[in-house]
Amino acid sequence: MSPEEELQSNVSVASSSPTSNCISRNTLGGLKEHNYLGLSDCSSVGSSTLSPLAEDDKATISLKATELTLGLPGSQSPARDTELNLLSPAKLDEKPFFPLLPSKDEICSSSQKNNASGNKRGFSDTMDQFAEAKSSVYTEKNWMFPEAAATQSVTKKDVPQNIPKGQSSTTNNSSSPPAAKAQIVGWPPVRSYRKNTLATTCKNSDEVDGRPGSGALFVKVSMDGAPYLRKVDLRSYTNYGELSLALEKMFTTFTLGQCGSNGAAGKDMLSETKLKDLLNGKDYVLTYEDKDGDWMLVGDVPWEMFIDVCKKLKIMKGCDAIGLAAAPRAMEKSKMRA
Amino acid sequence: MGLRLPSKVLEHILSFIDSNEDRNSVSLVCKSWFETERKTRKRVFVGNCYAVSPAAVAKRFPEVRSLTLKGKPHFADYNLVPDGWGGYAWPWIEAMAAKCPSLEEIRLKRMVVTDECLEKIAASFKDFKVLVLTSCEGFSTDGIAAIAATCRNLRVLELRECIVEDLGGDWLSYFPETSTSLVSLDFSCLDSEVKISDLERLVSRSPNLKSLKLNPAVTLDGLVSLLRRAPQLTELGTGSFAAQLKPEAFSKLSEAFSNCKQLQSLSGLWDVLPEYLPALYSVCPGLTSLNLSYATVRMPDLVELLRRCSKLQKLWVMDLIEDKGLEAVASYCKELRELRVFPSAPDLDEANIPLTEQGLVFVSKGCRKLESVLYFCVQFTNAALLTIARKRPNLKCFRLCVIEPFAPDYKTNEPLDKGFKAIAEGCKDLRRLSVSGLLSDKAFKYIGKHAKKVRMLSIAFAGDSDLMLHHLLSGCESLKKLEIRDCPFGDTALLEHAAKLETMRSLWMSSCFVSFGACKLLSQKMPRLNVEVIDEHPPETRPESSPVERIYIYRTVAGPRMDTPEFVWTIHKNPEIGVSHLAIK
Repeated sequence: MSPEEELQSNVSVASSSPTSNCISRNTLGGLKEHNYLGLSDCSSVGSSTLSPLAEDDKATISLKATELTLGLPGSQSPARDTELNLLSPAKLDEKPFFPLLPSKDEICSSSQKNNASGNKRGFSDTMDQFAEAKSSVYTEKNWMFPEAAATQSVTKKDVPQNIPKGQSSTTNNSSSPPAAKAQIVGWPPVRSYRKNTLATTCKNSDEVDGRPGSGALFVKVSMDGAPYLRKVDLRSYTNYGELSLALEKMFTTFTLGQCGSNGAAGKDMLSETKLKDLLNGKDYVLTYEDKDGDWMLVGDVPWEMFIDVCKKLKIMKGCDAIGLAAAPRAMEKSKMRA
Repeated sequence: MGLRLPSKVLEHILSFIDSNEDRNSVSLVCKSWFETERKTRKRVFVGNCYAVSPAAVAKRFPEVRSLTLKGKPHFADYNLVPDGWGGYAWPWIEAMAAKCPSLEEIRLKRMVVTDECLEKIAASFKDFKVLVLTSCEGFSTDGIAAIAATCRNLRVLELRECIVEDLGGDWLSYFPETSTSLVSLDFSCLDSEVKISDLERLVSRSPNLKSLKLNPAVTLDGLVSLLRRAPQLTELGTGSFAAQLKPEAFSKLSEAFSNCKQLQSLSGLWDVLPEYLPALYSVCPGLTSLNLSYATVRMPDLVELLRRCSKLQKLWVMDLIEDKGLEAVASYCKELRELRVFPSAPDLDEANIPLTEQGLVFVSKGCRKLESVLYFCVQFTNAALLTIARKRPNLKCFRLCVIEPFAPDYKTNEPLDKGFKAIAEGCKDLRRLSVSGLLSDKAFKYIGKHAKKVRMLSIAFAGDSDLMLHHLLSGCESLKKLEIRDCPFGDTALLEHAAKLETMRSLWMSSCFVSFGACKLLSQKMPRLNVEVIDEHPPETRPESSPVERIYIYRTVAGPRMDTPEFVWTIHKNPEIGVSHLAIK
């Protein structure tokens, strides 16, 4: 496991002022369907362009997917379900919006309940098909706001209906990971600022209790060119690999987003294959600030030692990271501490 | 010709007219009144930054001193507006810098502000005094440093719930030693620690400082030392209270608070431990505003605090207060005007707090002056709504969020139609209304019929058909902002009431049944509306009858905007063109 996971951006990093230095679509040759939900294949990274066949398929699929149907997501006809299943896992999230309601005739709650349980099954079906996609990026379309790492693990809930409480919180698929629940985007209407502050507050009060080994260890993660910081709980990972993976997921949206829109990060999500492509052409390094205030490259000291000394993380551009402390010095420092 | 007021006289008369609505009327009388009014207007408010061009505003009001702008639609607060949507402050700052150098105050809400913007403000307005950024994003602490360093007469610097790239606490040290004009400082949304000695010195040399809101990184010791230097504060946002309780620490804190005899507003209180609350008791009797919405304090500690706050007018709290806490509020806080109860666990299935509709009923019965409510609750009843409406006809703002979508009256299993009918009918001065729970078209018939003064209406997961929208658009005469999500209608009502939309500031509809075809028709019919579609796919790749994901329609005299990102499609007025997707400049 390479200790330094780097993220790729083959597009110039957008400045933080979106209205100057705007990247016009035309400069990105071949940019199509810049997809803020990041669900369909995005050609914005400059890798494969859409083949004509794919276009057709996509058009057909999109057509079907947007056909007006009555019923909640997941409750479509079997034919439609099959089509959706053909798409890449990421695409299944295409209709995450809760919205399509039961037909007008079925106003009474009992039929809503019936629909609900049926729909719920469908909905959770689609959710469960891609176990990897439990990252915070999928939920709540919480694109830009720093999310407490607590939400990184399973954060989807079943859409609750007006059915007895007992039913509403269980998933119908026991094969799904524990607590794989889906959330309705933007509901309840609580500001992200509040949600994030509360999440952090709860974690912090754990720390205050003075339990040394347990409790969260939040550090900030910033990335060159991304306007906002994120936070990760170092204790929720057990090695560098997990941390890298989580960071990749978190910050991929930033790198992709920089291609095409005003410079503010768009919310493209790639299918898994594209994700790997992106990461392989590395242009970023992961660094951290230690207790002495020095910036070091991540990965040179044993994990346990790392979480002990790491105060902040930063994803720097490779060129900026030249001259950062490399392995020998890092090890020396750690020896001095030991 | 008839009499004509000399413009000096008119100017003098106009100097008594503050309200912008009145000034707008004045400006319509005749050309000379228009001219005089525009040259004397000092405060400009633009509720939708895309409704008018920055250059036009700057040109029209050269003497403006205070500019207030709002950017993104309200639902952006709940992640329904993708990032990169727009709301950029830069064009406004640029235009103002060019034409209105006397600008002193800028207040922005839900806009994208960059460091460049902040630097430009600092450089362009010599007498800049007030910067208030609410729910803004896109800047870093470097931009704040520029403001601090350059604006010699800065009085107010408030960052309210902004998302800021926090590069450290140095920004505070950029206030020059000569700056003594500070009246209000709010950096509660920043993460990094500032140097407490810098802050102490700043506070010590600011005799006019009335409002100070610290960030969680400020410790209790820091708070004590600051309070000692600023006993004249009227508004305080504390730092974090999460230190281990030591006896001397407690008594020092108590003493510091008891010296703040003018404190009226208290907020912050992150991580406050119940053992610390008694330190606040001395200020409670004077408090008019208390924000406990980030304090995870529970009952009965909350009651001990609240029963001492007899003058309280504004209370923001979490549902940890429970019904019995609200019962106590109803009996002790007789001056209460505004109540907001937030969910402590925003996730739906973690809601097992004993807060029900009863809590709000208690407060409605006990607090005669109650006029503004925001209440999150898992479920509700018609009976409770009827009682609230009957007891509090003076309600001006009623926002009820029944957390479970489509939840009916849990006692009768009926929709909440009757309840909201009572609210609309009974509360004749209602300005703002948010509805939730199971609602049929009938509820909206009542709202349309009775809620004549409602200006802003928010709806989610409600209604059965286009009738709902029809009722609202034909009935609510004062409607200015309508936001709807996940409701099963669109086209017919929208097209029928197209003209109404020009009398409103904006309409937001997401996850409803509005087709692309209808959007096109609407846009072609109404020249002064921008019809924007937010969709991951170009709307043209779909049949005209297919619904679009989100629409945002607003009146404007500025034409289609030039800064739309890829996922926003402005429907072109020319039917041949379809959608215009203007490249960014």
